[in-house]
Amino acid sequence: MAEVKLSKVSKATGVLCPVFDIDLKAADKEFLTLLAPSGSGKSTILRLIAGLEVPDEGEIYIGDELVNDLTPAERDIAMVFQTYALYPHLTVYRNLSSPLEAKNTPKDEIDSRVKEVAEILGITPLLEKYPTQLSGGEMQRVAIGRAIIRRPRVYLLDEPLTNLDAKLRVHMRAELKRLQKELGQTMIYATHDELEALSMSDKIAVIHGGRIVQYGTPMDVFQHPKNLFVATFVGTPSMNLFDCSLVEKEGHTYLEGEAFSIDVSDLASLIRSRLSNSELILGIRPNDFEVHREKPPGDHMEGEVYVVEPMGASAIVDVKIGSVLAKVKVPGSYSLDIGSRVWLAFSRDKMHIFDKNTREAIL
Amino acid sequence: MARVTVKNLTKRFGKITAVNRLNLDVEDKRFVCLLGPSGCGKTTTLRMIAGLEVPDEGEIYIGDELVNDLTPAERDIAMVFQFYALYPTLNVYDNLAFPLRAQKTPREEVDKRVREVAEILGLSSILHLKPDQLTPGESQRVAIGRAIIRRPRVYLLDEPLTNLDAKLRARMRAELKRLQKELGQTAIYVTHDQLEAMTMADKIAVMNQGVLQQYDTPDNIYNHPENLFVAGFIGSPSMNFIECTLTEKDNLLYLDSGEFQLDVSELREILLGGAKEKEVILGFRPENITVEAKPTGRYSLQGEVYVVEPLGDQTILDFKVGGDIVKAIVPPDFKADIGDKLWLTLSKDKFHVIDKKTEKVIV
Repeated sequence: MAEVKLSKVSKATGVLCPVFDIDLKAADKEFLTLLAPSGSGKSTILRLIAGLEVPDEGEIYIGDELVNDLTPAERDIAMVFQTYALYPHLTVYRNLSSPLEAKNTPKDEIDSRVKEVAEILGITPLLEKYPTQLSGGEMQRVAIGRAIIRRPRVYLLDEPLTNLDAKLRVHMRAELKRLQKELGQTMIYATHDELEALSMSDKIAVIHGGRIVQYGTPMDVFQHPKNLFVATFVGTPSMNLFDCSLVEKEGHTYLEGEAFSIDVSDLASLIRSRLSNSELILGIRPNDFEVHREKPPGDHMEGEVYVVEPMGASAIVDVKIGSVLAKVKVPGSYSLDIGSRVWLAFSRDKMHIFDKNTREAIL
Repeated sequence: MARVTVKNLTKRFGKITAVNRLNLDVEDKRFVCLLGPSGCGKTTTLRMIAGLEVPDEGEIYIGDELVNDLTPAERDIAMVFQFYALYPTLNVYDNLAFPLRAQKTPREEVDKRVREVAEILGLSSILHLKPDQLTPGESQRVAIGRAIIRRPRVYLLDEPLTNLDAKLRARMRAELKRLQKELGQTAIYVTHDQLEAMTMADKIAVMNQGVLQQYDTPDNIYNHPENLFVAGFIGSPSMNFIECTLTEKDNLLYLDSGEFQLDVSELREILLGGAKEKEVILGFRPENITVEAKPTGRYSLQGEVYVVEPLGDQTILDFKVGGDIVKAIVPPDFKADIGDKLWLTLSKDKFHVIDKKTEKVIV
């Protein structure tokens, strides 16, 4: 059992980014990601769990044990950092074996564990090489190997893929996720990269300004962002946002923006009950728009093509709607002239509505 | 007229040939990207066009003029770098005006041009601010403004978006593309980011180790790569590659990976005509795979789900096919679990066969 639990943990003293009132749980065998832009406190949380920092307030549990007063070594966790620390004068084999040698593990046992870990990470052919002879991805795998060879209760990873190039990052993402499932051990992973968070995690905690602003499954965070920060931070390109207000006309209620008016009479009472005033922000994800060359039936906005960005498998059509530049993701390649008129259709269930004042989602 | 032509351009640094007999024709008003990994010669090429490096061999023409012996200033080009160089003591207005004042442009003309450029780049409201009060995106726009205000014949841009964060980069990409279309002037843009090249360029010159690999439209580069390097470098996630042997059995031609055999008899003439050896590489993009419970076509192969990576608006399924990992893109609601055995079907005109020895694409 290696559930990790933080209860009302705060750390505002010292040089790290402060964190406040952190309530967080990583269930046994779960992959939990702390997602946040840099400078939001995610490393602080990892360091508190690792025992490298002492909380001002609150409790930290590993399993059923309160670990606040335990040293990092006593907590039985392993940490992997963005900049991998390997011994340059030791071979890959010795880099992997040294954590076990330090614990006086018998020689035969060390040898079988090194070979097992090397096999899992696909670094068996590298065992006799030195760190300087390795690529970035290989070094990171050795660093991960050093962490898993001790079989700790919990793994903490702080942006381990950030220093790798884009292609390798995409590859290692899948490898790390698979590894965690094979090891079947709790992993807490900090990243600023929303694609890493979505693709790898069982649960995501989004952190903003030292506080947890949303905690849920990747699909939950993507489909039901609780506020504007989460809505725009998760998803590439970002969710499109349109200022609008709730307007009554002839018995109907409309979401009225600078260049559109959408009849929301069916949702009016719901929206109104959750709204602090009449100013709203309508959010629609780039892939939830459909581009039409003629006015479609149903909900839509009218705009002008600003530029088209082909990406191979899909394209982004940038459309000027009033003063807002909306991005629309369409499959395949797309040919539209700059300046041509288009209509963007969307379905009612893909609308996100936020209170402009509180910035919280109300629908 | 500002066509840029380079002929047999070569640059050596000691024993290293940075650029090797490069021929490139950039038509007037076009946006051309020089794309490749670091060390491919793209920046050296740009610096030779700018006049900052002297070529060892070859000619550079701007318009119809041979410019090899002209100084950078005489070439009438403007360059924008990754690190935007602004004068920290001058406000945005004076930073923009500086290049014109240096040319002794009359005061009213300076004022008119500064306001015009500020309008184009959305800087009108921050003309009074100093560089240290600007966001990175604003700083980069001011740097671009300094380049365009002189109205040079050609713009040269060296990774201008690399230092911006991912969200801002996505936004600036569209802005830069639109700006180039509005200015209607030739731009040559260096990047290592294949997505920037795909989205912005009229034509892409893919370079590797000093040698031009392919020079074509984004659409052709993506859908009709000429060799293994281009096929693997363009697209994210990358094209899947599986080593195969061309084998004949009972008058039929197969692509045999050891794990699966695909009947490619209908491509017999092209394949046997094009391949020097029997050893080939099968290549297919993640989005061109149909994933189903049963085989549904001639080009079906079986894989076991290795890991599932949800990305919000789509999901990547990683399959184990023999010793290879194959990535397939499926809709976000596709249900699959680790260990599921599923069938991957390729469509006839959406896969490539590459000669393993020459690395040329045969089909």
